[in-house]
Amino acid sequence: MEGLTLSDAEQKYYSDLFSYCDSESTKKVAAHGRVLELFRAAQLPSDVVHQIMELCGATRLGYFGRSQFYIALKLVAVAQSGFPLRVESINTVKDLPLPRFVASKNEQESRHAASYSSDSENQGSYSGVIPPPPGRGQVKKGSTSHDTVQPRTSADQQEPVSPVVSPQQSPPTSPHTWRKHSRHPSGGNSERPLAGPGPFWSPFGEAQSGSSAGDAVWSGHSPPPPQENWVSFADTPPTSTLLTMHPASVQDQTTVRTVASATTANEIRRQSSSYDDPWKITDEQRQYYVNQFKTIQPDLNGFIPGSAAKEFFTKSKLPILELSHIWELSDFDKDGALTLDEFCAAFHLVVARKNGYDLPEKLPESLMPKLIDLEDSADVGDQPGEVGYSGSPAEAPPSKSPSMPSLNQTWPELNQSSEQWETFSERSSSSQTLTQFDSNIAPADPDTAIVHPVPIRMTPSKIHMQEMELKRTGSDHTNPTSPLLVKTSDLSEETKINSSVKFASGNTVDGYSSSDSFTSDPEQIGNNVTRQRSHSGMSPDNTAPPPPPPRPQPSHSRSSSLDMNRTFSVTTGQQQAGVVAQPPAVPPRPQPSQAPGPVVHRPVDADGLITHTSTSPQQIPEQPNFADFSQFEVFAASNVNEEQDDEAEKHAEVLPVEKASDPASSLRVAKTDSKIEEKTAASAPANVSKGTTPLAPPPKPVRRRLKSEDELRPEVDEHTQKTGVLAAVLASQPSIPRSVGKDKKAIQASIRRNKETNTVLARLNSELQQQLKDVLEERISLEVQLEQLRPFSHL
Amino acid sequence: MGWILVASAAVILFLQNYPLYIRSVPTENELKFHYMVHTSLDVVDEKISAMGKALVDQRELYLGLLYPTEDYKVYGYVTNSKVKFVMVVDSSNTALRDNEIRSMFRKLHNSYTDVMCNPFYNPGDRIQSRAFDGMVTSMMIQVC
Repeated sequence: MEGLTLSDAEQKYYSDLFSYCDSESTKKVAAHGRVLELFRAAQLPSDVVHQIMELCGATRLGYFGRSQFYIALKLVAVAQSGFPLRVESINTVKDLPLPRFVASKNEQESRHAASYSSDSENQGSYSGVIPPPPGRGQVKKGSTSHDTVQPRTSADQQEPVSPVVSPQQSPPTSPHTWRKHSRHPSGGNSERPLAGPGPFWSPFGEAQSGSSAGDAVWSGHSPPPPQENWVSFADTPPTSTLLTMHPASVQDQTTVRTVASATTANEIRRQSSSYDDPWKITDEQRQYYVNQFKTIQPDLNGFIPGSAAKEFFTKSKLPILELSHIWELSDFDKDGALTLDEFCAAFHLVVARKNGYDLPEKLPESLMPKLIDLEDSADVGDQPGEVGYSGSPAEAPPSKSPSMPSLNQTWPELNQSSEQWETFSERSSSSQTLTQFDSNIAPADPDTAIVHPVPIRMTPSKIHMQEMELKRTGSDHTNPTSPLLVKTSDLSEETKINSSVKFASGNTVDGYSSSDSFTSDPEQIGNNVTRQRSHSGMSPDNTAPPPPPPRPQPSHSRSSSLDMNRTFSVTTGQQQAGVVAQPPAVPPRPQPSQAPGPVVHRPVDADGLITHTSTSPQQIPEQPNFADFSQFEVFAASNVNEEQDDEAEKHAEVLPVEKASDPASSLRVAKTDSKIEEKTAASAPANVSKGTTPLAPPPKPVRRRLKSEDELRPEVDEHTQKTGVLAAVLASQPSIPRSVGKDKKAIQASIRRNKETNTVLARLNSELQQQLKDVLEERISLEVQLEQLRPFSHL
Repeated sequence: MGWILVASAAVILFLQNYPLYIRSVPTENELKFHYMVHTSLDVVDEKISAMGKALVDQRELYLGLLYPTEDYKVYGYVTNSKVKFVMVVDSSNTALRDNEIRSMFRKLHNSYTDVMCNPFYNPGDRIQSRAFDGMVTSMMIQVC
C-alpha cells in the first residue's frame, strides 16, 4: 500500500474507529461485523464500498489490518467527498473531510465528538446516540413520537453534561474509543477548530447547528436534530436496542426512539448527576426497571424465572456471553431466578453495557440486592471501586428471605449492624476480616455441625470468655436467660452446653453481625481472658476443659452481653468493687494434689488478673461483652454475697485462690473464678476443708464460672488434659471433710458437663482448624495472584 | 458427559466425554494432561458402572484417586448428571490430602451448579463463566 499520510485529526479519528471496530483487540478487524457496519453507515453505495475494500487490500488479506482500515477510512472520505476512488487519491486529495458515518457509526462519532468537544450538546447527542434498547418493554408502551422524544432530548441536552467526559473516564473499561477520546480531550478539542477537514465535526463544534439529516446524529445536540437522531436510530435498527431509562419515555413511549431518547436522558442524567457512581440506579431508572419487572412478574416480591429473564434480556441483543456474565453478577443468590433487586441490577448492567460501559467483575455495590446491605469489602478493586459506588441504601423491598446462601449477604448487614455494637467493633478491625472469612468459609463448610455460619474465629481467650459467659448464664439459673439462649443449637448436650451453644447459634442466627460483635466484643474480654487464659492454660491442666467452641461464642456473647448488660449493668458498678475486692487467682493456700499446679498457675493468673483488673473496669462500661464478664463477676460477687454459705468448701477453694491475687476487675475475678472453678471443681472436695469459710462468697459462682470457662476453652488438648486432671484431682480428694456427698454430686455433675464440653470443644476445634486452613489457603492463593498480577502492572 | 480437568496442573470438566472446561497450570504440558485425563476417563467409566445402582451420594460422587502415575495423581468426581470432573495434580505436591481434594471437588461442583443456573448457559457449551474461572484459578493456585 502506498504510504498513507494522515493529519492529526484524521489519525486520531481513524485510530478511534479502529479501536471501536477492533473489539477483540486483535489489531485486525474482520471484514464482517463492525467494519461492514461502519462502511454501510458511510452511506456509500455498496459497490463503492466493495471498491474501497479492494483498494485497501482487505479482500486480499481477508481482514482489516490497521493500515488497511485507515486506508479504507480515507477512501471513504474520498468517496464521500465525491472524488473518484483511486489508490493514489488517498494521499493526493488534500483537506479531505473526515469520513462520515451515519447511524451507528455516527454514534461512535458522536461519542468521539462528544468527548472531543465536551460540549453539553455533544454530551446530549452523545447520550442520544446511544442506540435504544430493544423495544421490549418500550414497544408495549404507549405511543411514541418524535415530539415526545424531541422535547425529551432537548431536555436532556439541556442538562449539564460537562462531566460526561469524566464518566467515560471513570469506568476503566469503557470502550476503547471512548477511553481514547477521554484521554485525548485536548486532541479532541483540537479537532474542533478543524473546520476544513472536519465538517463532520462541525456540528459538535457548534453544537447548535441544526445539521442536516446527514449529520442527523450529530445534530442531536440541538433540539431540532433530535428527531433526526431518532431517525437515524430508526435507520439503524441493529443498534437501536438500548433500553431507555427515561422515566417519561418509560411511561409514554414505546418506540425505540423514545427509548433512545429516554436512554439519552438517563445517560445524561446519570452522567451529570452521578458520574462518580455510574452504577447507581436513579429513581427514574429504577421506576422503569420496576415497570419492566411487572410486565414479566406482576408480583413485585416474586421471582422472574430464568427462562423468562433470558428471553427478556436476549432482546437487548447483547452477546450471550455478556448476558451470561450479567446474569452471574446479578443473580446474587444463585437460584436461577431474579428478584426485583436482581432484575434491576441486571437491567442496569444491560443498559450500561449497551452504553458502552464494560461489565464489572463484581457486582457494584449500588447494584447489590437491597435486601441485605452487602459489604463489598471483598472486592478486588474492580470497576466498582473505580466507578466509585455509593453505598446504596436499602431501598428494594426484601424480596427474598435470607437463606443460608444469603448469610453471605448478611455480612454487610452484619457489618452495618455492627454499629449497634459500636463498642464491640471499635476495637477489632479483625471483625472485618473475620467477616470476610466467614462469608467465604461458611458456604464451604456445609457439613459442619454448626447450623449457622461458623462464627468468627475467636481466639481461645475469646472463646473462653464467651464460654464463661455462657456458662455463667447457662448454669446460673438466676440469670435471666435471653431468648437467644433458647435458640436451638446443634449441640444438644447438657443444658449448660446447650445454653452456651444456643448463645452461639442465637448469635449466628443474627447473622454474622453477632460474630462481628463477637469478635470485637470478646476482644477486650478476650484480651483479659487471654491473659488469664494464658495463665489458666498452664494451670487448668488440672481442671478446666478447653473453652467451648467459637460457635457458642457469637450467639451467647451478644445475647449474653445484651441481656446481661441490661441485667447487670446496674449491679456491675456496684459489684465491681466487691468483685474487685475478691482476690484473683493464685492462692497460696495449700490444696491437695492440685495445689502445686493450680497454685503455680494461680499466682500467675493472679498477676495477670491484676493487670487486667485495671483494664476490666474500663472495659466494662465500654463493652457489653465485658459487661457480661462483669456480670459474671457481679454474678459471682452476688453469688458470693448471696450464697456465702453455699458450698463453702468449693468457694473456699476458689476464694483462697482468688484472694491470693488482689482483685481488680470483675473480669479478672471472673477469669480467676473460672480458673479457680476449674481447679476448684477438681479440688473442691480437697479444698473445702482448707479454711474456706471466709472465702465463702466466691465458691459457688466461681465454680460456675469455672465450668463455663471450661466449656469455653476450645483447646482439645486442654480438654483431655483438664478432663484427666480434673478427674484425677477429683479422684484424689475423696477425703475432704465436708459435705462430701454434695460436693461429689456437684463435682460429678461438673465433670460430666466438662466432658461434654470437651467433646463439643474438640469438635469445634477441628472445624475451626479446617476453616483456618481454608482461610490460609485463600490467603496464599490471593498472595500468589497478587504476585502474578504484579508484573503485569509494569506492562 | 463433560469432563473437567484440574491439574497441578489441570482441571477438566467432561460432559459426554468431551471437555466442557479445561484449565491447567502451568500451561505447558497441557497436552500431556489432556492425554492423562482422557485415559483416566476410562477409569471413571469403570467406576461408575461398577457402582451399580443409583447410590448417588456425596461420597460416591467423589471417586478418589483414579490412578497414580509416576509424576501425577489423577482424581475423579462425577456428578449426578454424569458430568465428570477430573483433577490431575502433581505428585510433588505432596500435602494434598484427600479431604482437600474432596473440598476442591465440592467447590467445583458448586461452581458448576452456579454456571448451570445461568439461563444463558446452554448445557454442553464450553464453560466461559468468569466466576467459574476465578474459582478454578484460586483453587489451582492453592494447589500449586
